[in-house]
Amino acid sequence: MRIFVSSDAAALSVGAEAVAAAVLNEIVSRRLDAKLVRNGSRGLLWLEPLLEVETPNGRVGYGPVTPADVKSIFDGGLGAAHKLNVGVVEAIPYFAKQERLTFARCGITDPLSLEEYEAQGGLKGLRKALEMAPAAIVQAVTDSGLRGRGGAGFPTGIKWKTVLGAQAAQKYIVCNADEGDSGTFSDRMIMEGDPFALIEGMVIAGLAVGATKGYVYIRSEYPHAFRQMNRAIEIAREKGLLGTNVLGSKQIFDIETRLGAGAYICGEETSLLESLEGKRGQIRPKPPLPAIAGLFAKPTVVNNLISLASVPIILAEGADYYKNYGMGRSRGTMPIQLAGNIKRGGLIERAFGITLRELIYDYGGGTYSGRPVRAVQVGGPLGAYWPESLFDVPLDYEAFAAKGGMVGHGGVVVFDDTVDMAKQARFAFEFCAIESCGKCTPCRIGSTRGAETVDKIMRGEKVVQNIDLVRDLCETLRDGSLCALGGLTPMPVMSAIEHFPEDFDRTSSRAAAE
Amino acid sequence: MHFLLFETAKNDAVPAYEPWNVERAKALIAEHVGLEGPLIPILHALNDRFGHINNEAIKIVADVLNLTRAEVQGVVGFYHDFRREPAGRHVIQVCRAEACQSMGCEELAERLERALGIKFGETSPDRRVTLLPVYCLGNCSLSPAVMVDGELYGRMDERKVLSLVQAP
Repeated sequence: MRIFVSSDAAALSVGAEAVAAAVLNEIVSRRLDAKLVRNGSRGLLWLEPLLEVETPNGRVGYGPVTPADVKSIFDGGLGAAHKLNVGVVEAIPYFAKQERLTFARCGITDPLSLEEYEAQGGLKGLRKALEMAPAAIVQAVTDSGLRGRGGAGFPTGIKWKTVLGAQAAQKYIVCNADEGDSGTFSDRMIMEGDPFALIEGMVIAGLAVGATKGYVYIRSEYPHAFRQMNRAIEIAREKGLLGTNVLGSKQIFDIETRLGAGAYICGEETSLLESLEGKRGQIRPKPPLPAIAGLFAKPTVVNNLISLASVPIILAEGADYYKNYGMGRSRGTMPIQLAGNIKRGGLIERAFGITLRELIYDYGGGTYSGRPVRAVQVGGPLGAYWPESLFDVPLDYEAFAAKGGMVGHGGVVVFDDTVDMAKQARFAFEFCAIESCGKCTPCRIGSTRGAETVDKIMRGEKVVQNIDLVRDLCETLRDGSLCALGGLTPMPVMSAIEHFPEDFDRTSSRAAAE
Repeated sequence: MHFLLFETAKNDAVPAYEPWNVERAKALIAEHVGLEGPLIPILHALNDRFGHINNEAIKIVADVLNLTRAEVQGVVGFYHDFRREPAGRHVIQVCRAEACQSMGCEELAERLERALGIKFGETSPDRRVTLLPVYCLGNCSLSPAVMVDGELYGRMDERKVLSLVQAP
């Protein structure tokens, strides 16, 4: 019998390690023929630490478990009724209603067992790719409709095609795992819960464009993911998935990890490349595109981790299989991360087209505080704040853009009715000021001036004129910044002003108070 | 039998930094100098080992990599992780980004400042605790999130955080 307790950092953050120790203690003291597996997380984060027991009917879950509960779970008989028994985990609607393609194995397998990875469908895509011409691999990715999951939504196949066509002695695959957006953790979950999916995706990318070396740039706020990724790469080398003879094909591909050093801007692809080269993480003007002159001036594919981890299933099941999910020009699935003030937060992989209403209420069960939902920020710190009237817009790159928002990396942060939207707008400027690389003036200076101006609004000073000033400043930031940090900071600011004007009308609220 | 891989909880162990030592630093640099783009890995190694990167370290790194001291210092200064002064024996990083804001991290931050008698970015006079902001720990469904001595914690409050830094 196998018993599962996750070693995902979120599970550990609420005590999974002590639960695992208690489980082990029970196994030993009762002399049970049972094995404890440290899986990734299923993404049902409100149930973590989740203890799962393999039964003939499926894996029965208990959660959230404390070490003190473990004895009674064993006493009652594993799989039997218990106050924390949540039934067969895969039958929980939150899980059952998902469409897990990229996260097919996450939370299910032992993340460091390459045998289990293969048994659960892994390496099928790579084996097919090894039989294909590079251009055919690129074509499959293009046909799948996969777009960059980091936020920009640029078609992955087109990027790959540019690198394939570039002539150079050395090309690189760079995985952007600098997942800095608040409200996002899907990259982290893959690195901790199914790291071979990323490795397989990177090897396929290498075959497709003629690159032999890959880097995974992981933010330093993810020490656990960094260690897990390094272990997985070691295993992949030992078992011949990486190295000078990939799966016996004579093809060459190897991967190294690099640790970021606490700079949000390094999630921007050119800053990331500068950082990899050992420089300040300042952005590079484009052109040249990284696909032409990227890492060490060599043609480089820079892809978000989720984009790369979605490649194996596209190759394994075919472009059409992936493309048949989704809507409009947003094809496939999106791992959505439901976060903030939410009762049932977690990872929800669904085809594009799902609405915020379904996510927040059907999956999430409303706020954690029990108060009404007032605002939602989708797409990280540079995403728009939306009120409930926009909760029926389908999750789709174009549909969100048409309403002044963005899908970004799929983070959904929920706020209850105690939120002060002027404060959130101020924070957007403040965050831009803290994280600006300093290369261009609108971002470096405009962010600070913006925070000061919102301060004036919050004090009730010349509110109408200062809101106009913020509007004007936002136009300068949007049109005059070199990258998305300065260019998109106006999105949270202006959406807050537009959708929640009452929070900025400090004169009347002050007058009312007096 | 593939039983388990558990990492022992590190929160009871105070991070032990070595005192600055030129020979140790040079050996550490030599370990990473063969990498492509070695500067950031070298700075991480020095920062982890000695708890900070001092001027002498900057000079040695510049010499080894054939860079100017200004270039190395510019990189050290750019990234939040690299410290010019040693941190306290415990490091508390409180997430102050949006998801944690929605769950009251700003109130937690204020409470911690009051309880510890220091502001963010400061180290307590007894050098027990350094308090730092961080913008996202990737634990956004279990906010407020805090990292203490490199270990991640979710659903935190003042009492829980303080209990993690009691060891002298």
